[in-house]
Amino acid sequence: MIFGLEFPPVSHAIEWPDLFLSGPFAVNKVVVLMWLSVIIVFLFLRIAASDSSLIPRGVKNIAESAVDFIQEGIVMQTMGPSGMAWTPLLLTFFTFILVNNLWGIIPVAQMPVNARMALPLFMALLVWVLFVGVGIIKQGPIGYFKNIAFPPGVPKALYILVTPIEIVSTIIVRPLSHSVRLFANALAGHLILISFAVITAALFSASVTAIILPFSFGLLIALTGFELLVAFLQAYIFTILAAVYIDSSMHAEH
Amino acid sequence: MLSTLAQQAPGELEAGLTAVGRGIVYGGAAIGPGVGIGIVVGNAITAMARQPEAAGMVRTTMFLGIAFTEALALFGFVLSFIISG
Repeated sequence: MIFGLEFPPVSHAIEWPDLFLSGPFAVNKVVVLMWLSVIIVFLFLRIAASDSSLIPRGVKNIAESAVDFIQEGIVMQTMGPSGMAWTPLLLTFFTFILVNNLWGIIPVAQMPVNARMALPLFMALLVWVLFVGVGIIKQGPIGYFKNIAFPPGVPKALYILVTPIEIVSTIIVRPLSHSVRLFANALAGHLILISFAVITAALFSASVTAIILPFSFGLLIALTGFELLVAFLQAYIFTILAAVYIDSSMHAEH
Repeated sequence: MLSTLAQQAPGELEAGLTAVGRGIVYGGAAIGPGVGIGIVVGNAITAMARQPEAAGMVRTTMFLGIAFTEALALFGFVLSFIISG
């Protein structure tokens, strides 16, 4: 209870009852939305790829601008021309995360899939396995871990300080911050929209205070637009960080 | 004061202190990143204004800097939910 408003606890905002099955394989609304976004991303890219017309139109137009954005805006800026082979992976990450975030502002769905820790954590661990694997393949197992623990160009005495920091920040903090960034942004946006919806509903039923209803309702609409921006930005940041992490393993620091 | 405290239901004080702690955790975690993101974006704007042709590269690096700086605030945000009375 804050100023006579009944805010729902966080668990009511993000936990959904099981639709079918139970236990660890239970399927609820979040899982269904995730399946839907898999289907949407697959169909979107499939239809765009099967369209062989020379002049892009409709779906293919959107897909081509998405590919161009990934190539020019992410791969070329962070990995250079040698990283072009990673475009399909990064494009999949970007579109999948974007659709998953957009569920938060699509009416009826109203639940960003990334507001549950499972999906961001899985994707961050996937990137973690990829960049450690790429590092081991490109630099050899000993060379890669030697480069992480003992970055060249540091005075010998400082290794006492630098080595633990580098190991912890590369192996543990990277996947943690990578996943928490996406998760916390999706959750925060979801909670802000819920808060303003609750305020608007409370003002609607009150009599005198209904004068300030347009302001809170207007802010609710404006914040929905802001969430559209956040959904795009977080998908971009997750993808660009994945590119940076993979690129850091491809070349030994020197 | 003491008599009103004594009248409270058991567990109410803990719940109140938990709420205060959550507020302090998130508020404290947001101070540093707030200043940090300001510095990052401010310097990025200076760089873009001085050399507009490098704007694309500066923007990419700026988002990276924001992402790394912002991580601490988000840790605080998540931690404030983890804290329970």
